[in-house]
Amino acid sequence: MSERRDLELIAELVPPGSRVLDLGCGDGELLAHLAARRGCTGYGVEIADANIPHCVKRGVQVIQLNLDDGLALFGDRSFDVVLQLDTLQHLHNTERMLRETARVGRIGIVSFPNFAHWPNRLSVLRGRMPVTKTLPYQWYDTPNIRVGTFADFEVLARRNGLRILDAFGLHGGAMLRRWPNLRASVAVFKFERGADA
Amino acid sequence: MHSVGIVHPQSRHFEQPLPLRSGATLPPFTLVYETYGTLNADASNAVLVCHALNASHHVAGRHDDAQGAEGWWDNLVGPGKPLDTERFFVIGVNNLGSCFGSTGPMHPNPATGRPYGADFPVVTVEDWVDAQARLIDALGIRQLAAVIGGSLGGMQALAWTLRHAQRVRHCIAVASAPNLSAQNIAFNEVARRAITTDPDFHGGNYYDHGVVPARGLRVARMIGHITYLSDDSMEAKFGRELRNGGLGYTTQDIEFQIESYLRYQGDKFSEYFDANTYLLITRALDYFDPAAAHGGDLSAAFAPACDNRFLIVSFTTDWRFAPARSREIVKALVDNRIAVSYAEIDAPHGHDAFLLDDARYHDVLRATFERIAAEVAR
Repeated sequence: MSERRDLELIAELVPPGSRVLDLGCGDGELLAHLAARRGCTGYGVEIADANIPHCVKRGVQVIQLNLDDGLALFGDRSFDVVLQLDTLQHLHNTERMLRETARVGRIGIVSFPNFAHWPNRLSVLRGRMPVTKTLPYQWYDTPNIRVGTFADFEVLARRNGLRILDAFGLHGGAMLRRWPNLRASVAVFKFERGADA
Repeated sequence: MHSVGIVHPQSRHFEQPLPLRSGATLPPFTLVYETYGTLNADASNAVLVCHALNASHHVAGRHDDAQGAEGWWDNLVGPGKPLDTERFFVIGVNNLGSCFGSTGPMHPNPATGRPYGADFPVVTVEDWVDAQARLIDALGIRQLAAVIGGSLGGMQALAWTLRHAQRVRHCIAVASAPNLSAQNIAFNEVARRAITTDPDFHGGNYYDHGVVPARGLRVARMIGHITYLSDDSMEAKFGRELRNGGLGYTTQDIEFQIESYLRYQGDKFSEYFDANTYLLITRALDYFDPAAAHGGDLSAAFAPACDNRFLIVSFTTDWRFAPARSREIVKALVDNRIAVSYAEIDAPHGHDAFLLDDARYHDVLRATFERIAAEVAR
């Protein structure tokens, strides 16, 4: 997600002037971008010590928390947009986090490595776990404790009463809307809480 | 890294009595303070440092006397340090009721001409902050760039935004809490009872008897000291190490190194700290509770701070002012959509960590002050 173009494509999903919560905000690059270009405000949540000073230097308000502890700090619908980019796959309690995202924000935007991207499929067919630019780790030392696919997320979203507003794949800085489950290394979903959720 | 070098305390007398939260009024009073760095032309680069229980206005540098004592936050404040005195005008001020120069219980009560002793009015965090604001006025500073403090000092930093929100831009509260828990008040009460039951206490008027309740102060300090360290850091430092290599089968002499250490800390403390001051300051800690005036709603309490920007820092092994307490502050700020950053530093040292120079901790402070310095320069 560090690629500039990917970041811009995702930033375009965020309505100007939104109040944003960025879960797993890293060094605050996206929030700084959203503040400067789209007049957004809000907070980042980040666990890594090293990232906190980077956020602060950028003027990004950052709160150091472990997302696996939940989002009790944030009230219902207190943000226009909750971003969870390249984060979901690191969490133990993925499903709860997704529900929390929908509770705290009007709109949720998530991205994660799409395990069904064709080179990954090839690798598994050859009998080995993939090691790629998007999934650069060996199976035994990866922080990505969840592997899922574009298609899997659609099922999970439905299961949790989330209404998908937009979904596409990203690869090489391009937005892919045809066959994203096969062609995209990264899956992006924009959703809101369904009426019955 | 460099020090600010030799520093000289200054004092300022205030003729106008100070109305206190209790309803009492403090007669004309004096505040002792130190400053480091240079106030810029538009007086926009001032940072106030608030001290905790046993510290003072002597934040950085060294005193030009026999002891040459180093300031208590010298690792943070100085040229090139996170709170950079090349960019900021830093003020350390000694609080009312203290025993380091500002008007306190050992000074003459104008009504009687004798030391205040037990009659020194009970002062609160809010009263301290109001007195500090008088000093800021006197120094010609309309608005502080920041106020920073750890522990009880953090409470003062928070209180600045609640009482004088327009007079401060940034608030940095480290290892602090929105109020004391019952357990915390309990520790304070044990310390106070140790002092007040010392036969040399004389109801707080021991100055007249030419004695000090040193035994009480020693025990108070021992109790306090235990709570400032984490279980792990105490274990790492002392473990079950014996002072004389083997058991002496004695119930009253020192056996374990930890006993020796606590006694040493207690002895040292009782030589320089004042018992009435200890009572007053622990009471100020107990009373601090900004949510109380809002039916316990801390978020409502922070509403006036809507234009302030906050940095809250806690340490994972601090059980006296635990991270959960700092998170309560963060939540109240977030509820108000107030600008806040929060760092939870995984340091092993317990509450004392706020005085140490853990790189992760100081990096966050440095980044914050760089940001503030950029604002000042604008």
